[in-house]
Amino acid sequence: METPTVPPEPIVSQTSSTPANLPQILTYPSKTPPQLITQGAEALLYKSTYLLPTLPCALKYRPSKPYRHPILDVRLTKHRILAEARVLVKCRKEGVPVPAVYALDESKGWLCIEWIEGEVVRIRLNEWLRRRKEAGTEEGSEEEELVDLMGRIGSAVGKMHGVGIVHGDLTTSNLMLRPWAKGVMNGHSSEDGKGILEGEIVLIDFGLASQSTADEDRAVDLYVLERAFGSTHPRAESLLKEMLTAYGKSFKGANVVLKKLEDVRMRGRKRSMLG
Amino acid sequence: MIAIGLEGSANKLGVGIISHPGPGKPAQVLSNIRDTFNAPPGEGFLPKDTAKHHRSWFVRLVKQAMIEAKVSTRDIDCICYTKGPGMGAPLQSVAVGARMLSLLWEKELVGVNHCVGHIEMGREITGAHNPVVLYVSGGNTQVIAYAEQRYRIFGEALDIAVGNCLDRFARTLEISNDPAPGYNIEQLAKKGKVLLDLPYAVKGMDCSFSGILACIDILAADLKANPNWRDPITNEVITTADLCFSLQETVYAMLVEITERAMAHVGSSQVLIVGGVGSNERLQQMMGLMARDRGGSVFATDERFCIDNGIMIAHAGLVAYKTGFRTPLEESTCTQRFRTDEVFVNWRD
Repeated sequence: METPTVPPEPIVSQTSSTPANLPQILTYPSKTPPQLITQGAEALLYKSTYLLPTLPCALKYRPSKPYRHPILDVRLTKHRILAEARVLVKCRKEGVPVPAVYALDESKGWLCIEWIEGEVVRIRLNEWLRRRKEAGTEEGSEEEELVDLMGRIGSAVGKMHGVGIVHGDLTTSNLMLRPWAKGVMNGHSSEDGKGILEGEIVLIDFGLASQSTADEDRAVDLYVLERAFGSTHPRAESLLKEMLTAYGKSFKGANVVLKKLEDVRMRGRKRSMLG
Repeated sequence: MIAIGLEGSANKLGVGIISHPGPGKPAQVLSNIRDTFNAPPGEGFLPKDTAKHHRSWFVRLVKQAMIEAKVSTRDIDCICYTKGPGMGAPLQSVAVGARMLSLLWEKELVGVNHCVGHIEMGREITGAHNPVVLYVSGGNTQVIAYAEQRYRIFGEALDIAVGNCLDRFARTLEISNDPAPGYNIEQLAKKGKVLLDLPYAVKGMDCSFSGILACIDILAADLKANPNWRDPITNEVITTADLCFSLQETVYAMLVEITERAMAHVGSSQVLIVGGVGSNERLQQMMGLMARDRGGSVFATDERFCIDNGIMIAHAGLVAYKTGFRTPLEESTCTQRFRTDEVFVNWRD
C-alpha cells in the first residue's frame, strides 16, 4: 500500500515577534529615549544619552539566550563583553581609531562606548559609485578620492594589526567615516560637496575581535575585507591594491602578511569535504 | 514517476522507493528500509567491514524494498545512488550495486550528493519553504542557505563533525553503538545536572569540535580515576551522565549560535535541521527557543528521514532526473569529497 508522507508539525510555529526587552540601564530616566540602531544575531545596539545629557553614547547589549544553559550563557556573555572592551581599550591606548569605552557591566551584558558621528563606508561608497555612474564618469578616471579612501582604510587596518589586534569581521559596514575634526583638516576639505568619501576611518564592532599577532589571522582579516569589497562594491574592487599598498607601509611585518594573503586567497575558506 | 534510492555513505545501508504522483502533489514513500552496521562498544566502524556489510545486504534489502513497495522493475524510472561525500569503500560497494541494477533492469542512473539528499527530503517532508539548513551528522556539520541555484555553505566545522565528536566520546565511555552512539549519549544526558566547563569554539559562522573532544576525554579519565569527584559549588557527585550533559549543552549551544548568525545574515526566520544529529530532541528544543525569539519556526524530521536513508537519495535523484539530469554508466563513480555547493540546483527558482 502507498503510505503518504505525513508532514510532522513544526516544533515551534509562533509568528509574532517578541521585541527583546531593554536592558535595565536603559529603563532609567535620560534626556532622550533610547533608540535601537541595529539588531544582530548576538547584540542590540542602542543610542542613548544615559551617561550625560550632552554625551550620546552607543550601548551594546547582549541579551541572555534562553536556549543556552544559564551558567554557559553568563560565562559567554561575560567573556565576550570583557574581551571586546579589552580590545577597544588597547586600540585606543595605542592610537588606533576606535570608539572609546565609557562604561560596562559584564554581568548585565552591556558595554557603553563612544558614539561615532558619520556613516559607514558601505553607504558612502555605494552613494559615491552611484553618483559617478549618474554623472557618466568613466570608470578609471577621477578616482583620486576613492584611491585616497582605500589608502586610509589600509592604513587604519594596518595600524590595528600593528598593535596586535585582529578584527575578525572586517567589512565595509564595520568601517565608519567620521567627519574630520574642526581645525585639523589635514589638507582635506569637504566644501565642494564631492567629499562624501572624506573623513577619518574609525573601526567599529569588535564583537569577533581577538588579540593576535599571527600573520595567518591578519591575512584572513584582509581576505575577509577583500571579499566584502568584492561582494558589495564590485566596481571598487579594482582599487584593492591601493589599500594593500597603504597597508604594506603601515607597520613592520606588514609585507609578510601580504605574502601570506596570497596563500589564503589560493585556499579560500573552501575546505575539501571529507565524509 | 517512481525512483529507487540507494544509500551507503557510512554505516547504514538504505534502500527507499519514492513516487512523485505529479505537480503539486506530495511525494509518496513506497518503502524505506535500512540496515545498520554496528561496531562493538568502544570501537568505531571501519570502512572495510562496513563495505562488506553493505555488499552482503544489498540484494536482500533491494528485494525487500521492492516487495514492500509493491512495484515491479518496470515501474521504476531511474536508479539513484549516493555519489558522495562519504567513506570510500562503503560508497564503492553501493555504486557497484547501483550499476548492476542499472544494467540488469536497463534503467538510467542518477548520482546524488548525500547532503543535497538530506536537504531536499527535509524540505519535502516538513514543507519548509526557504529555510536556513543546519546539516549535522557523523561526517558533516554545515549551515546552509540557498541562493542562486546553489546550496551555499555559510558556516561549517573546521575540523571534525559534531556527530563524530559525540560518537568518539561514546567510544571513550564504551557505551553501546546500538541503535546509535549519539542516541545513547542523549539518554544518559537526560540524567545529567552539573554543567562542567568545556571550551566553546565558535569563530564567526564556523566552529570547531576537536578541542572539546580532547577536553571531555580528559574529564572522563579524571572521573574514572576519581569516582567520588564532587562539584565544588553544589557538592553533587559528578557522573558520566553529567559529562554527556555538559558535552551536549556546549556543542548544541554552538550549533544554535552559528545557525542564528546565518539566519540574521540572510534574513530568514525558518530553520530546517537535517542529518542524524538532527534527531536529537535537546538540539531541536534549543533551536526552537532560538527561533521563537526571532519570531520564526523550526522544522525537523524524525529518525526515518534524519538518519541516513535511501528515500532521500531517491527523492533528490528523482527531482534532478525530472530536470533532465543523468549519470551515464561510464561516469557513475563515487567520491569521498563532494561539497554541497558543487551541485547545480536547477530545480529551484
